[in-house]
Amino acid sequence: MLEVDLEARAGAFRLKAAFSCETAGIVAVYGRSGAGKTTLVNALAGLTRPERGIIRLGGKTLLDSQAGIDLRPEKRRLGYVFQEGRLFPHLDVRGNLLYGARRAAGGDSRLELGTVAAVLGLEDLLNRRVHDLSGGEKQRVALGRALLANPELLLMDEPLAALDQERKDELIPFIEALRDRFGVPVVYVTHAMPEILRLADMLVLMSDGQVVASGPVEEITSRLDLRPLTGRYEAGAAIRARIARHDPAYGLTELDFAGGTLRVPLLDEPPGSGLRLRIRARDVALALRRPEDTSFQNIFAARVAEIADDSGPQIDLRLDVSGVPLWARITRRAFVDLDLAEGRSVFALVKSVAIDRHSVAPLPGPGGLDRPRAGLENDR
Amino acid sequence: MFDLSPAEAEALRLSLKVGFWSVAASLPLGIAVAWLLARREFPGKTLLNGIVHLPLVLPPVVVGYALLLLFGRNGPLGQAIEAIFGKTVIFTWQGAALAAAIMAFPLMVRAIRLSLEAVDKKLEAAARTLGAGPLDVFVTVTLPLILPGVLAGAILAFARSLGEFGATITFVSNIPGETRTLPLALYSLTQQPGGEAGALRLAILSVLLAFAALAGSEILARRLKRGRT
Repeated sequence: MLEVDLEARAGAFRLKAAFSCETAGIVAVYGRSGAGKTTLVNALAGLTRPERGIIRLGGKTLLDSQAGIDLRPEKRRLGYVFQEGRLFPHLDVRGNLLYGARRAAGGDSRLELGTVAAVLGLEDLLNRRVHDLSGGEKQRVALGRALLANPELLLMDEPLAALDQERKDELIPFIEALRDRFGVPVVYVTHAMPEILRLADMLVLMSDGQVVASGPVEEITSRLDLRPLTGRYEAGAAIRARIARHDPAYGLTELDFAGGTLRVPLLDEPPGSGLRLRIRARDVALALRRPEDTSFQNIFAARVAEIADDSGPQIDLRLDVSGVPLWARITRRAFVDLDLAEGRSVFALVKSVAIDRHSVAPLPGPGGLDRPRAGLENDR
Repeated sequence: MFDLSPAEAEALRLSLKVGFWSVAASLPLGIAVAWLLARREFPGKTLLNGIVHLPLVLPPVVVGYALLLLFGRNGPLGQAIEAIFGKTVIFTWQGAALAAAIMAFPLMVRAIRLSLEAVDKKLEAAARTLGAGPLDVFVTVTLPLILPGVLAGAILAFARSLGEFGATITFVSNIPGETRTLPLALYSLTQQPGGEAGALRLAILSVLLAFAALAGSEILARRLKRGRT
């Protein structure tokens, strides 16, 4: 459990952040540039001193300004992966990886250099100089270095932001591997929604130095009132599903979720695997009667739960599919023609081909250890 | 041609000894002052900066005279040292080293301060999050990163010490075998009838010594660079 209640000032900028969340899996901190994400994480790490506040992690108080507790960064045992790596140029890869490990308190042998290097694919780089590494390799070393310090929580400040798309896709499976293999909870700062949908379980939404909302990713991203912050283009719903069966003959995979069965293009994961699935609002169409003779492979009975009408030519509707939120974006003309209103029963139509593999992310679970490696190979 | 006469060899040995000890003894203080000036804000910082740089702009004779006042038999520091060690530093090679160290101090501090300011503080912050305390960070991250600057400062200070003349002759006089370093020996020769040839030999020796120091620093700097990038 991470409990945060902070007030900090950096120049004219004011941070006022209060939230608490379970520290299991990956907690994403999301917001636009200047929302105060980095200020928040630096305060968590103890690199900046807030004016006032409380930080508690799993019953341990890191900061309590009223009680006069302010643990120094080296005593907090929070690993920090910086955007720009911050590897030590005077040490080789091994020296960097072991810097924190040598100072880790308690001599907990949970993590060994060999294991971490293997998971992060660093075995062949150990004797290399930091200077010669590529951007992706540097970030992998940074991940390993922070992990080997045996932290109770890993902070990551936009660890992918400095990389090109190809390197990002390459690194994400390693972050998943970190989470699944070593079970270290992660606070992951980003302004990229795709990374959140792929990686995060919980979401802390920030704007103008304030925490606006926090909770499960699916819940926050489907809240209408938060749409100005979570973004319109990316509007859509995140859904948890499980692979029911594969249909190789047609190249399809059937997924079970609370609202029914969803057919998507064939996935690699074995039946039974948990997934998070992103269905964009613009890929969902509506009908008043169940259509017949249609190419739509996915048709769900739904109810219009909420209407986001910003008087533009497009209108977003939140649908309730047996309790699962789904977003549909339709034209104003269609909205008027269909005479839609809150509470109206409709059918949601989702094209299978609209869901590509970038919309699908594995969830940690049984057998989760091997999956990130498999995912990596697919990305290559 | 360079079979050194006993007097020449003595002056050379003494110069190297004075230069080495002036640098060795002042280096820790130089790093500390450079760190204060580069990293800390405190009242009197401008004053400290001014005092450190004073020897650069003052006539060396003034520095030597000030040392005489402070460390002389009747000077406050001189009496303290005499009380502890039973002797003073005036008219000794240690005094010459002290004068040389003070004259070279600004050069040393400047070089180290510049390299300190070039160190990415974010690396130090990263080290803190990895469990290293402030002193640990300084020794294992900051110091290795500023090593080229420290080296440059030390060489510069050493070279400056070899050439120190004005403060030395004012403070510790010109005593053969004790305080007569190369520049002082050279000066003495120019004051003697028929000393021109000897003076020229010492001048050439000084040039060679300066080149050796520069070459040495170049080689070390290259080796450091190769180990780093």
